[in-house]
Parts: sequence; C-alpha cells; structure tokens
Amino acid sequence: MSTLTPAAPRESGQARFTSLAARATGPLRRGKSRMDPTRNNTAAGLAAWLLALLFAAPVMWMILTSFHSETDAATNPPSIAANLTLDAYREFFGETSGVSPWPALINSATASILSTVLVLVLAIPAAYALSIRPVKKWTDVMFFFLSTKMMPVVAAILPLYLFARTVGALDNIWFLILMYTSMNLPIAVWMMRSFLAEVPVEMLEAAQIDGAGLLLTLRKVVAPVAMPGIAATALICFIFSWNELLLARVLTGVVAGTAPVFLTGFVSGQGLFLAKVCAAAVVISLPVLFAGFAAQDKLVQGLSLGAVK
Amino acid sequence: MTTATARISRPGHHAAKPQRDTRSRERALAWARRAPLLPALIFLILVTQLPFVVTLIISFLNWNSLSPDKTAFAGVENYVTVLTDPDLRQAIFTTILLTVSVVLASLVVGLGLALLLDKKFIGRGLARTLLIAPFLVVPVAAALIWKHALLNPTYGLINGILTWLWSLFGSTTAPQLDLLSQAPMMAVIVSLVWQWTPFMMLILLAGLQSRPMDTVEAAQMDGATPWAIFRHLTLPHLRQYLELGGLLGAIYIVQNFDAVFTLTAGGLGTANLPYAIYQTFYFANEYGLASAAGVVVVIGTIIVATFALRTVFSLFKKEAAR
Repeated sequence: MSTLTPAAPRESGQARFTSLAARATGPLRRGKSRMDPTRNNTAAGLAAWLLALLFAAPVMWMILTSFHSETDAATNPPSIAANLTLDAYREFFGETSGVSPWPALINSATASILSTVLVLVLAIPAAYALSIRPVKKWTDVMFFFLSTKMMPVVAAILPLYLFARTVGALDNIWFLILMYTSMNLPIAVWMMRSFLAEVPVEMLEAAQIDGAGLLLTLRKVVAPVAMPGIAATALICFIFSWNELLLARVLTGVVAGTAPVFLTGFVSGQGLFLAKVCAAAVVISLPVLFAGFAAQDKLVQGLSLGAVK
Repeated sequence: MTTATARISRPGHHAAKPQRDTRSRERALAWARRAPLLPALIFLILVTQLPFVVTLIISFLNWNSLSPDKTAFAGVENYVTVLTDPDLRQAIFTTILLTVSVVLASLVVGLGLALLLDKKFIGRGLARTLLIAPFLVVPVAAALIWKHALLNPTYGLINGILTWLWSLFGSTTAPQLDLLSQAPMMAVIVSLVWQWTPFMMLILLAGLQSRPMDTVEAAQMDGATPWAIFRHLTLPHLRQYLELGGLLGAIYIVQNFDAVFTLTAGGLGTANLPYAIYQTFYFANEYGLASAAGVVVVIGTIIVATFALRTVFSLFKKEAAR
C-alpha cells in the first residue's frame, strides 16, 4: 500500500480535465476490461442487468399497460399476459371522447422547436465570443450565465405572469417560446462553449496562415468539428422545453397549452383510466425518448455543461 | 478591425500589444469581440434579472390581487410571515429534505450502477440504454405513472406484485402498501431518485472511464485489495465528478415542481417551496407573500451555489488554463 500515496491519483485527476478535450474517444466508449478482466464480471453483469431491469420496469410497465384494455389494466395482481389492444391510444387521440391532444402536441412542438432555434441563434455567437476569440473576463461572463440557471423559476414567475397579463400575452405561445429560450440559453452557451473549445488551436492557426477569412474559418474549420455538439445542444434544449410544466401551466391555458399541461388536465378532467393515462404518457414521452437515445453519447457532456467528456 | 484577418487566440494569450496610435482601434477590436456575446447577454438580463428585481420590489408590498385597494408598502412583514408561517416554514424544510435526500440517494445508487457498468459483460450497451430510460420519460408523465400505475393502493403494480408473490404461497392476505397517503414524502423521493439516478450514473461512468489505469495496475501489482483501490484511487478521482453531479442535480431538484404537483399536489407536508409559491400567488393571490418566499429561495440558492460554484470553478479553471 505504500505506493498508494494520495498525491498520485489527485495529480492524474487534475490532468484529466485538461486533457479531456484533446481526447478523441467518447465518454461511453467500450473500455478495455478493467482491473481483473476475468473475475467477477459475470456477477457484476448479472447485478447490472437485474438493476437495469428494475429501473426500466416502470417504463416497460407503462408501455405494456398502454396496450391493455381498461379492465385488464386495473387488476390486482397484474395481468401481464392480457390481450393487447390499441383501444387506449384510440381513446387518447379522441376518437370517442372528442377531446383531441393534437393542439397540445402541436403547441409543444412549436414551442420546443422555435425556442431551440432561437437559443442556437443566440448561443452560437456567444459561445464563439467565449471560446474561439474570447472576450476579456470571459470566465466571469460564463459564471453569470450559469448563475441565472441557478435562480429558481418561481423567483421570477410572478412578474412574468403580471407582465404577460398586462400586455395580453397570457395563453400566447410566443411568450412561452421567449421563456423557454431564456430557460435554455445559459445551458446552451456552456455546452456550446465546450464544443467550440474542442476545435484545435493549430487548425485555427493553420487556417489563419492560409489566409482564410473569419466566415470561411467558421464554415470550414469550426462547423465540422462543432456540428455534433451543436446537434446535441439542440436536442437537449428541445428535451427541456418539451418537458417543462410550471411555466406552461402558469402562462398558458386553453389556446397555447402544451402537452404536459394537457396531460395534467387530462387526468383530473376525465377521471382515471389507467390504460389511457399510460398511452398518453407514452405518446408525450416518445419525442424525448427518441431525442435522448439519439444524443446518448453527447448527453453526458451536454448535461454536465461540458465539464465531463 | 477587419474580419478577414481575425486574430485567433485562446484565453491566457493577449491578443495584441497596444501601440501608441492604436488605442481607438484597440477599443473597436474589443467591441467587435464583445458583439457576438451581447444579444445573448442582453436577452438573458431582460428576461431573468429584470423580473427578479420586480419580485424583490413586490416582496416588500402588501399585495393581494383580490383586494387591490389594500396594496401598500409592507416593509419586512412578508419575510416575517414566510419565516414564521407553519406552512411556509414546512415548505422550506421539505425543500431541503427533498433536495438533500434525492441528491445523496441518487448519487449513491448511481455510483453503484456506474461501477457495475464500468465492467465488461454481455449486453452492457443494452443494459445502459435501459438504465437511461427513466431519465428520458417526460417528468409529468413519469410522476403520473408512479402515482397511478405503480403506487396506486388498489391496482398499482407494486401492490399487484405483492399480491402475486403471496398467492404463490397460497396466501390471500398480502401486505398492501399505500405510500401516497401514508408516506407521501417517501413516494416523491423514490420517484425522483428513480428519475435522477441515471443522470448521476452517466456522469460517474464518464469519470470512471477517464480514470488513469496505470496507477490502478501498479496498485494491483503491489497487491492492493479492490476495496483499497476503490477507497484510495477511484474515489479520490471521482470526487470532482460526484461534486459536479451533486451540484447539477441540486439545481434541478431544488426547483422541482412536476413530481410534487402530480404525485401529492403538495398534500401531507410534501409542498416544497416552488409548489408553495405557485399556490400562494396562483390560488391565494398573495403576490407580496409569494414574492418574499421567492426571494428566500434565491437567498438559499445563493448560499448553496457559492459553495457549489467553487467546485465547478475549479474544474473550469483547469480547463481554461490549458
């Protein structure tokens, strides 16, 4: 044990973060087998699979129940082998009840997509000014951005609500789009900065020496390296906007209500139909599940604000 | 400044040596550098900082929108109410309890999962994908599923499984839980831990996979036990990742609204500050009081954030120094 002085790991730990960006490998690459390659792996694998199934069970149960009839859905003990049917989905899309979820889904899509576009338009130049040609005191600016994210939404929601009411912007999707833009902008700036900082200085210098102008450098050098990061940032902003409930609940209502708002009203308004609730939950979670799995590898880096690769 | 010859530099390098006659050019250059940053900065100040200043002002008013003629300056009265009213005080404690327990529990479980997933086994990629799923279900939907499909006392999955297990042994008197009414706080915590563990796992897994293996191998040569390696090598290396996960988790969990709103509607002592504030202004129309509570949340967040930011800052400085 004498070689295990605490200094050794700490030093390498520090080196980690400085060299992270230089690494070409992703965070979730299949690592070489670690420590003891032969022993314990079966046990670890079994334990991991058991826990994975346990964690996924609620999601799988939600999906299974959504394909059950209402009578099969609400049984004790659970009816796992019951007949599958699309009734709950038909019901959710309003075939019999006449309440369509489409306006809410379209509102969610509109708010999420447009606010994501706005975020990108604002965040890409900002990230450029914070990484490739950094302004003075750029770290202070970065921390200002992060601090706005730490302020709970509830601390600003009343003035926003009063403002919207005064100017007639309540229940207006455009006001919600602005709110979502401000909600995601700080994270996007942090993420984007970390992705832009990955562009090797040598490449930028080489482009400069070759006489490439700013726009050409951005298009030919920065964009190809940063594009996957920009895509991941966009997906994460989309997910956060799609998921948001509090702002949507306070600032929208009948016309501009989003899918999460629809979902909460849907349950209290129609009593409880378990299969239908599950079908609704599946439908509104699908875009996020797709986006999340698509961005899986960049998800960690994005969500940890670029501090972890 | 001519964009065609835009200078490329990195933090730590001074862009240009000022010359006598170039001061105004220098200034123009500085503004050209700032320009791309300004739209985002100005937008964020307008939309987040300005409303908070208004919240701060309203917090000193006695303002109930149902009796607008009584609106008047109230001094610190609202703050005294926030700190003495049993419900609001309860909300403060609930927020702290909820945040601390969810962050710690999901960090511990996430660490366990990350350690398992760091090993090689059959179907590891699929197991990881399954484990991420809870984080990718829309929070309101997740809360609804927990409330109705899992925890419901008469037909929820958990009691259903208990009934089924007991019936295997010929018993018809399986214990039936009713977490939502008997331990509602536990219900909220469990569902949030379920949702946040994957996030912690992902960050810690990234940390584990960036671990320098040479020291681990050297330790193994020296005959160090797996526990010693974990305690003296892995854990110190993971420290920053644990702190980062804790910080980011705390930022989101302090603000949690969806789970409290959906699972218990703030009943039975589960109302956290975001929910209590929402109720105070949305249903009770007590604008002054809600604002004061909002300011209290921000003060609390600042205290936590000052400590937490130091962590991020240390990570960040190392990166900036490269």
